[in-house]
Amino acid sequence: MATTAVAAAAPAQRRLKAGARTASAARDPAIVRWGLILLALLSLGVLIVLPLAAVFVQAFAKGLSAYLQAIADPNTLSAMKLSLLAVGTAVPLNLVFGTAAAWAITKFRFKGRDLLITLIDIPFGVSPVISGLIFVLVFGARGWFGPWLDQHDIRIIFAVPGIVLATTFVTFPFVARELIPLMESQGTEEEEAALVLGASGLQMFFRITLPNIKWGLLYGVVLCTARALGEFGAVSVVSGHIRGQTNTLPLHVEILYNDYNYSGAFAVASLLSVFAVLTLAGKKFLEWKTGRKGQVS
Amino acid sequence: MSFRNSSGSFFKNSSILPGFWPSFSYTILYLSLIVLIPLSAVFLKSVSVSPEQFWKTISSPQVVASYRLSFGASLIAGAISVVIGFLVAWVLVRYEFPGKALADALVDLPFALPTAVAGIALTSLYTQNGWLGRWLAPLGIKVAFTPLGVVVALTFIGLPFVVRSVQPVLADADQELEEAASSLGANRWQVFTRVIVPLVRPALLTGFALAFARALGEYGSVIFISGNLPMRTEITPLLIVNKLEQYDYAGATAIAAVMLVTSFLLLLLINTIQRRTRKYMEPV
Repeated sequence: MATTAVAAAAPAQRRLKAGARTASAARDPAIVRWGLILLALLSLGVLIVLPLAAVFVQAFAKGLSAYLQAIADPNTLSAMKLSLLAVGTAVPLNLVFGTAAAWAITKFRFKGRDLLITLIDIPFGVSPVISGLIFVLVFGARGWFGPWLDQHDIRIIFAVPGIVLATTFVTFPFVARELIPLMESQGTEEEEAALVLGASGLQMFFRITLPNIKWGLLYGVVLCTARALGEFGAVSVVSGHIRGQTNTLPLHVEILYNDYNYSGAFAVASLLSVFAVLTLAGKKFLEWKTGRKGQVS
Repeated sequence: MSFRNSSGSFFKNSSILPGFWPSFSYTILYLSLIVLIPLSAVFLKSVSVSPEQFWKTISSPQVVASYRLSFGASLIAGAISVVIGFLVAWVLVRYEFPGKALADALVDLPFALPTAVAGIALTSLYTQNGWLGRWLAPLGIKVAFTPLGVVVALTFIGLPFVVRSVQPVLADADQELEEAASSLGANRWQVFTRVIVPLVRPALLTGFALAFARALGEYGSVIFISGNLPMRTEITPLLIVNKLEQYDYAGATAIAAVMLVTSFLLLLLINTIQRRTRKYMEPV
């Protein structure tokens, strides 16, 4: 900028500059800016980083060998196995459901569509404890099917099937809720073009739809997996807390903690925390990949 | 494709895409089996309880004390989340600083960390010889095993809801509005209270309502730090678990029905706010 012009238009320029300085928050005075940044980071530090750090410090409080011993304990390993089974069942079930529901809801217009979307969201509004309770009421000893199940010697509550069911209920909406807005925004033109060009229904789905939604699908699966692995309240109600049999990893953490085996509890908790951190990294990666910002889940 | 002709009234417009009936019927079937039928058990079971018994359960002193704690702590935690969440969202949207991406990712930790892990971690921080508890104890502030501990746990759970509700609104907010206000002579504080706050108010309200609804039902992160002292630090979901452990299905169901009705009303409220917000955000 030429100095003469600045000098000539000095008063106006000064006013403009002052206006620009106060107008944009990015140009808040440095002291305000850094004060707020420090305050925000301090809050995040105390509320979120400290608990995470505490898990790892406590896990290694009695040394590495105690840590490894707690992890290699047979009860820990069987809890791990059950957790993997619950995740491995609930996530694929909800993945198939989420895709089917999103297909029906976004590619077609029918009566009661909004109602259906609302109904799918229900499990998010239900307390985890109630999510477990409903299966006790249906399959428990004094529930609807209790006597019949008893006669046929089938156990659902206080057994593995109950844990899988409760986990499935709690993680029910994740994939559908991720796919519905995504597929809605993509419309139907590409699929229609494929059909017109002679593709079969399956070809259309695997060559057009799936590649279009794969990142959103993965995003839903990541969130679904994290919640399935970490679910506590619902699973706690339907599990009989039988060590080595009906304990998932979060339930095992509780049992060790209540036994005053703190380093053991935190050792198992640290495994779950590592997974939580990986989830955050995966989530960030997928948000970057799809060019979107995080949203309320 | 005869179904399209025969049930033309069901569709608002026709589509040439295949797979409606399989995906639609599967959706309805799976939704009914996993969600609707089991959930209806709560209401069918509570109808089978006599009204006197139902009322006696949900109005017993211990249960009423738990409502007070659950509601009170959730409200306070929601309010704290709104203040801190707004601050964090503001800093993340408006300023640049080293480590910003990491801070942004960490906001979601409460969504990803299993609640039981959060529960024992928070408890270990706030007990008398914990990292934070040891500094608070000399000041006479006890957090673990008091209602304050419940508030701390629920704030941890609620914070991301507020940040993630406010963040997109702040990012989309037209800074020209602020520039217009300041060029018309408003100082920074006036711009903040008269332009920015009204703009994000619906988002703050949504975030608060989401955090509050989640906090009401929260279990895992609370039961460790609360200590579960009868009449003092028992949250409502814990009482459902207690009743179930005593095989008092009717009692557990009655309390669950009260909680379910409350959360459905809250969801309705949240939807209304969001619909209004959307209308408000639409270009004129």
